[in-house]
Amino acid sequence: MTATITPYRPTQQAGRDGFTQLLHAEWTKFRTLRGWVIAVLIAALLIDVVGLLVPRGDQHCGTACLSGVPTGPGGEAVNDTYYLAAQPLAGDGSITVRVTSLTGVTDHTGGFISPASGPQNPVRRGLVPWAKAGIIITGSTRPGSAYAAMMVTGSHGVRMQYDYTGDIAGLPGSVSAASPRWLRLTRSGDVITGYDSADGTHWTEVGTARLAGLTGTVRAGMFATSPLNFVPNLPSYAESGGGLNASGATGTFDHVDLRGGAPGGRWAGQQVGSVNGPQPPPGIGFRQAGGRFTVTGSGDIGPVIAAGVNSSYVTGTFADHLLGVFIGMLIMIVIAAMFITVEYRRGLIATTLAASPRRGRLLAAKAVVIGLLTFLLGTAAVALAAIVGSRISRDSGTYVLPVGWLTEARVILGTGAMLAVASVLALSIGTALRRSVAAVAAVIVAIVLPYILGVSGVLPASASEWILRVTPAAGFAIEQSVPQYQQVVGHYAPPDYFPLAPWSGFAVLCAYAALALGLAAYLLRRRDAGGAA
Amino acid sequence: MSQTMTIARHGLPRRGGTAWADGALAGLSDALRAEWTKLRTLPGTGWILAAICVLTVSVGAATEAATRCGAGTRCAIDPTKVSLTGIQPGQAVVAVMAVLVISGEYSTGMIRTTFTAMPRRWMVLAAKATVLTGLVLPAAVVAVAGSLAAGRLILSGNGITAAHSFAVVSLAYGPTVRAATGSVLYLALVGLLSLGIATIVRDSAAATGAVLGMLYVPPVIALFLGTERTWQHWVERYAPTNAGMAILTTTGVHKLIISPWAGLGVLAAWAAAALLVAGALLRLRDA
Repeated sequence: MTATITPYRPTQQAGRDGFTQLLHAEWTKFRTLRGWVIAVLIAALLIDVVGLLVPRGDQHCGTACLSGVPTGPGGEAVNDTYYLAAQPLAGDGSITVRVTSLTGVTDHTGGFISPASGPQNPVRRGLVPWAKAGIIITGSTRPGSAYAAMMVTGSHGVRMQYDYTGDIAGLPGSVSAASPRWLRLTRSGDVITGYDSADGTHWTEVGTARLAGLTGTVRAGMFATSPLNFVPNLPSYAESGGGLNASGATGTFDHVDLRGGAPGGRWAGQQVGSVNGPQPPPGIGFRQAGGRFTVTGSGDIGPVIAAGVNSSYVTGTFADHLLGVFIGMLIMIVIAAMFITVEYRRGLIATTLAASPRRGRLLAAKAVVIGLLTFLLGTAAVALAAIVGSRISRDSGTYVLPVGWLTEARVILGTGAMLAVASVLALSIGTALRRSVAAVAAVIVAIVLPYILGVSGVLPASASEWILRVTPAAGFAIEQSVPQYQQVVGHYAPPDYFPLAPWSGFAVLCAYAALALGLAAYLLRRRDAGGAA
Repeated sequence: MSQTMTIARHGLPRRGGTAWADGALAGLSDALRAEWTKLRTLPGTGWILAAICVLTVSVGAATEAATRCGAGTRCAIDPTKVSLTGIQPGQAVVAVMAVLVISGEYSTGMIRTTFTAMPRRWMVLAAKATVLTGLVLPAAVVAVAGSLAAGRLILSGNGITAAHSFAVVSLAYGPTVRAATGSVLYLALVGLLSLGIATIVRDSAAATGAVLGMLYVPPVIALFLGTERTWQHWVERYAPTNAGMAILTTTGVHKLIISPWAGLGVLAAWAAAALLVAGALLRLRDA
């Protein structure tokens, strides 16, 4: 009886901290359940199959539509259609004008895109909110050139806009003979500075823009333009979100002072860009009477937005083919919740916790395994859907709004990360609830249902916007590929546009996941291992 | 275990002690009693019924509170439909309850005891369907009535009133009554459809995922189909929730792709088909 018995100790456990082994154990548990492996693969497959096969309901007009969509200096698709009265400006200099009126027409007779509403609508006098007239310095009159402009607008006061996406507010209020607006642009090399004034003596700097490539002779002058009038929620447009009519704007200028131009230069009128779509109202051009100029134009200088609202092109986005993501997510989060609840049902949790008594680390290991798996599968599936989907769109005549590769990478990796974070959230809910049915139902109602309510249009816009701000479904904002521009009126609604910025929406989802994970870790430590199965 | 004991106490002695005819009717009556006892004595049942009401009414109220229409703008708001938004999450709870009614027995092995006591398996399913409907209906009545009452109060506070030519929530308005009765029936039918699917799938978690996927995926597919008319109309007409939800509409009914009652009929057909397949599979498969 003197012999000592050495108890069996698995030599493996002498490892560093054991977390790697824990990961390995959890991965083995997942990998060896064939149903789960098949389910997550189906989830990834559905992201692609649904995304690529379900057609987006756009009318296609063939590749002929695609020729001639200009892109701005930043690479984004732009509208660049306006009437210009200008002179060359060889070096540094400035242009100053006084604007005494801005008038226009909306809902031009011939301007309906849809024949459904009929051509009987009369021309209405008035201004669309972003009707513009003012002064501009532009590199050339080729659409998509670098420019900076000071302008009065229909209902947004004086603005300085540059390179299509830049927009800075100046003096508020509308322009009239009684309260004119003075505008000035100065050029110094490739730096343009805009000023405004109510009286022509007290000037305020509105903003400064450095325009890359603005060298040599540029053109400086007066312009006018007026974007398509977007009429949201007309009954006949209930499905498309609104109607589009052409509009026009006329600016009246005097006290025109160009410095740095050629001596004795003459103002030459020119239509920049072609009017492509609804017929513009008549009267486009410019007239000079003594020192008084009127310029009338139709079109827009600004970025093209998605859903074809401010251009005559059929536009799509890089993220158009991500419809399958929520279906893939539905399956992934169900599996993620079951990843822990099944252990409770089978009583395996007692064994698992005996083998790894530090319960927080067990939860961490499960989160890493399910998070990494859904991230990798999701990213691969989303990349395929987005890249192949964009090609399909292009081939069928949809103009896919160009975005930088950084944005494309953000959409792909971000959507993969969203699937991973949602899975971790589901795992945490599963840990807290312990019962499969309750957990599965809870994760679907908490994550997928709000998305469905938010994007499906069953709710009024205000309600669905609220849902996509405060619920975990806010994370879907990471899919938005094109930015929203406050200087362009449009139908900014899901699935093209989300109420929160991409990373803010993602942060909302992460906050939910972090809270749930913390709660799950706390409950796992406090409660008995037995479970509620 | 307590479930087995309950049946022994309530079901069997009675059968032996009284002169019940040994016909199908008596069998069904016993099956009903057994299922009622099982469901009644589960601790979760009361909570689930409460959840149906609370979730439906509270989500409806939150949506109503977020519903506004700026002065001078034209809004296509259907007040009754907005008030009944809570049906969307509420139906998930009904579906979960239906899944629990059958899958709970499969996961604990209780189903073998049940089938031993009731060899006529379709009768078990019929009894479960009856008891489930009997519980869902009153909960749905409370949920729908609460939602409509909240809608009337909150929406009028937001200026969605008859004075602004909105079709206000009112029991004097025929379409509102149709939407109210229809949505109660809708919830009951969702329960039956879910019961059928859960019986087919058996595993509780998988059944929950399948049922909820069936409820929520087609509406979004239909949305993305946009103006691709043929496909979109097909989904709107034949998917169970898309068609069934037509009953909630009270304004612009002529623009619906399927009329309200026909839509509810499609959902009923789905539920009947699911229960028939489930009944057939119960006979064919091992317990």
